[in-house]
Amino acid sequence: MLFQLFWSFFKIGLFTFGGGYAMIPLIRREVIERKGWIADADFLDLLTVAQSAPGPISLNTSVFVGYKMRGYAGAAASILGVVLPSFVIILSVAVFFAEVRHNEVVDAAFKAMRPAVVALIIAPIVGLTKGMRWWLIGIAAAVALVVWGVGISPVYLLVAGAVAGLAWSIFVARKEVRR
Amino acid sequence: MIYLQLFLSYLKIGFFGFGGGYAMLSLIQNEIVEQRGWLSPAEFADIVAISQITPGPIAINSATYIGYSVAGFWGSVVATAAVCLPALTVMILLTRFFLKLKDNRYMHGIIEGMKPVVIGMIVSAALLLMFPKTDDEANFVDMWSWVFFLGCLYGSYKKVNPILLIVLSASGGIFVYWLPKIMAGF
Repeated sequence: MLFQLFWSFFKIGLFTFGGGYAMIPLIRREVIERKGWIADADFLDLLTVAQSAPGPISLNTSVFVGYKMRGYAGAAASILGVVLPSFVIILSVAVFFAEVRHNEVVDAAFKAMRPAVVALIIAPIVGLTKGMRWWLIGIAAAVALVVWGVGISPVYLLVAGAVAGLAWSIFVARKEVRR
Repeated sequence: MIYLQLFLSYLKIGFFGFGGGYAMLSLIQNEIVEQRGWLSPAEFADIVAISQITPGPIAINSATYIGYSVAGFWGSVVATAAVCLPALTVMILLTRFFLKLKDNRYMHGIIEGMKPVVIGMIVSAALLLMFPKTDDEANFVDMWSWVFFLGCLYGSYKKVNPILLIVLSASGGIFVYWLPKIMAGF
């Protein structure tokens, strides 16, 4: 069982390019349809937790499924499986890249890939702000300017956002009680 | 104590890595490029590009890569383990208490409060790559940079696979930057 968990998540780790949402269909097929480890209805719950917890979705999913199946050992086997492929591949790239770093062809390719990467980062932002209230978009813009211009660590702003959200929900809850 | 520094930096990145890959870029950038100075902005963009065309999340990829370049094989092991640790512990806690927390309005409030910050972090990651502090750290070097940028922006809008976009840009780069140099040699 531990090996099966390891192996399933190894495959998921190996075939998920680009991370995040791209791997959801793959996880679903392996964990629900092929193995039947969790029920289809639980999958939505799983995604909610995996997205609210810190860390990459694939990692969080592997811990969730592994822990449900076999406790701590299961969680450890699954996370090891999902991490190992990228670890081995990136380690080889790092070793190899140091050698070819100053090759002219490689240099030309990377010169073009850098602006391409910026475009890929910017692209999902429009979708994320859809349906958001204007003042929340204003806060997002302010956060961007402060992190970019002042170089303040985003950690403080995340904590501030969490505290503000908590305070707001307490405020709303009290108002309802009074009514 | 380079191992301890790597461990602490990536523990922090793992623990505050809310909102998925692109939001984590801003954390990694602040910690690794701005505060520790382990990478230049151009090297950082290179790792993001490599990460796009290799499997696995950017958080893991950058941990392995930076760990290796800073302190060799064991550096990559330490950094990768550190970035996984928060996900492992937080998820186990959430799995155990999940049913109680799922519909908790305060939990919901916390997540909603972090949402605009996460979006701002993604924007700041892009801004830092577009307009770095000094000119020799620039990722946008000429007109072609903007061509690749706008082309990929349009491509993502049209839902073209990001791996394909990166590979196309790389080939385009070889075509416009390397080929003319070789032709001039003849």
